[in-house]
Amino acid sequence: MSSLTWIILIIVVLLIGIYIAIYNGLQKAKVYTDESWSQIDVQLKRRNDLIPNLVETTKGYAKHEKETLENVVELRNQLTNIPQDDRTQTLKVSNQISDALKSIFALQENYPDLKANQNFLKLQEELTNTENKIAYSRQLYNSSAALYDQKLLTFPSNIIASIHGFKKVDYLQASEAEKEAPKVKF
Amino acid sequence: MLFQQIARNKRKTGIIMVLFAVILALVGAGLGYIFGDSPWGGMVIALVISVLYLFLVMRDPANMVMSLNHASEIHEQDNPELWHVVQDMAMAGRVPMPRVFIINDPSPNAFATGRDPDHSAVAVTQGLLEMMNREELEGVLGHEISHIRNYDIRLSTVAAVLVGVISYLSGIASRYIWWFDDDRGSDKDDDNNLVIIFKIVAIVFVLILGPLCASLAQMALSRNREYLADASSVNLTRNPQGLISALEKIAGSKPMKKADPSSAGMYIEDPLRKKHSFTHLFDSHPPTEDRIKRLEKM
Repeated sequence: MSSLTWIILIIVVLLIGIYIAIYNGLQKAKVYTDESWSQIDVQLKRRNDLIPNLVETTKGYAKHEKETLENVVELRNQLTNIPQDDRTQTLKVSNQISDALKSIFALQENYPDLKANQNFLKLQEELTNTENKIAYSRQLYNSSAALYDQKLLTFPSNIIASIHGFKKVDYLQASEAEKEAPKVKF
Repeated sequence: MLFQQIARNKRKTGIIMVLFAVILALVGAGLGYIFGDSPWGGMVIALVISVLYLFLVMRDPANMVMSLNHASEIHEQDNPELWHVVQDMAMAGRVPMPRVFIINDPSPNAFATGRDPDHSAVAVTQGLLEMMNREELEGVLGHEISHIRNYDIRLSTVAAVLVGVISYLSGIASRYIWWFDDDRGSDKDDDNNLVIIFKIVAIVFVLILGPLCASLAQMALSRNREYLADASSVNLTRNPQGLISALEKIAGSKPMKKADPSSAGMYIEDPLRKKHSFTHLFDSHPPTEDRIKRLEKM
């Protein structure tokens, strides 16, 4: 073979290599985004599982706060009925749950017995943990989405992205209330 | 920024290991000369021992560093809040969950160690847990998780191990040298003056080199990495205030009782609380006021 053939061959192999690398980079960024969304989902489910226990524990101590407790249960049931892929609605309801939980935790100020209840304290830590995890996984989702979207917009990965039909993903917008108090604090 | 830092840290680890090999060889030679009139023998023994030691330790350095600092491992049920905060920070930083240790010391401090992000561990003192609220705890652990992400842990762990070896050798020397000298003084009165001078030089060399190496390592573990870890911590928590108030609390507290001097450079703030030297050349940490100032600008 002539040296020209060799050069062409090397260039072709090189181009294929670059193509594969960029494609894999796009896939990886996409997987990171999906994975961080599933993180949020896992935490939301976990929180939903914890809520009945919290309500049960609180009920006995704060009998007159029926409305507050019913509210959180109602929201919880709403959340379980939202279709899997409706992220906007899921997040909207879950933000409302966050607020409702805050008002339940605030109850302990009026009920010293509740404040001293070990089970309540344990649930409080568990729920605070999931609240924080939701906040951090949203953050992670947004930074993964930013990285992915950036690849879709910049050369040369945008060409390969359009060949394979990669779609842009949206950021999760924080609600106004959430911007003020992103995490539960004591 | 992060990727360059990771590459730089891996390179630096190599340079430090070569540098320490040279120093170790010299200390070994000095010891060999003093005790057996055989500098080459001493050099070979010192190198072989430290290579073996380093090989053994680097398979999982976290255990050794933790036991040097009297830290005990905990699990989720022992301290849920701490465990969850570490989990949060590891998640935000996309690193595997490190092992978690507590040091029973009233002074607030923390450090991270390990071979790589898959074999990492963080330790916090009892004092830190008592003094910090969740927000501040997040700032501190965000800082430590950043050290794990940057591979700072490998660099500082290798240095800590090697400083340990050298000060150990130096310690042996200081214990036996005087005994040897007495023995010889009475036996060989006709000893050549030149030989005595050589021995004194070798003794001074061995004894002074230990402490000097410790400072050298702390210098090599650039103080800049603390600034970077502070910045990365804010990147994880999105909340500079937590780390700022944590650093303020740590800076205003008493030194630790049990910290191992060779690991001092790994802590979030110098656990021995040495005065910052005039030139800052021998400091293990940048001045806290500077760190706080930089955080306030974020």
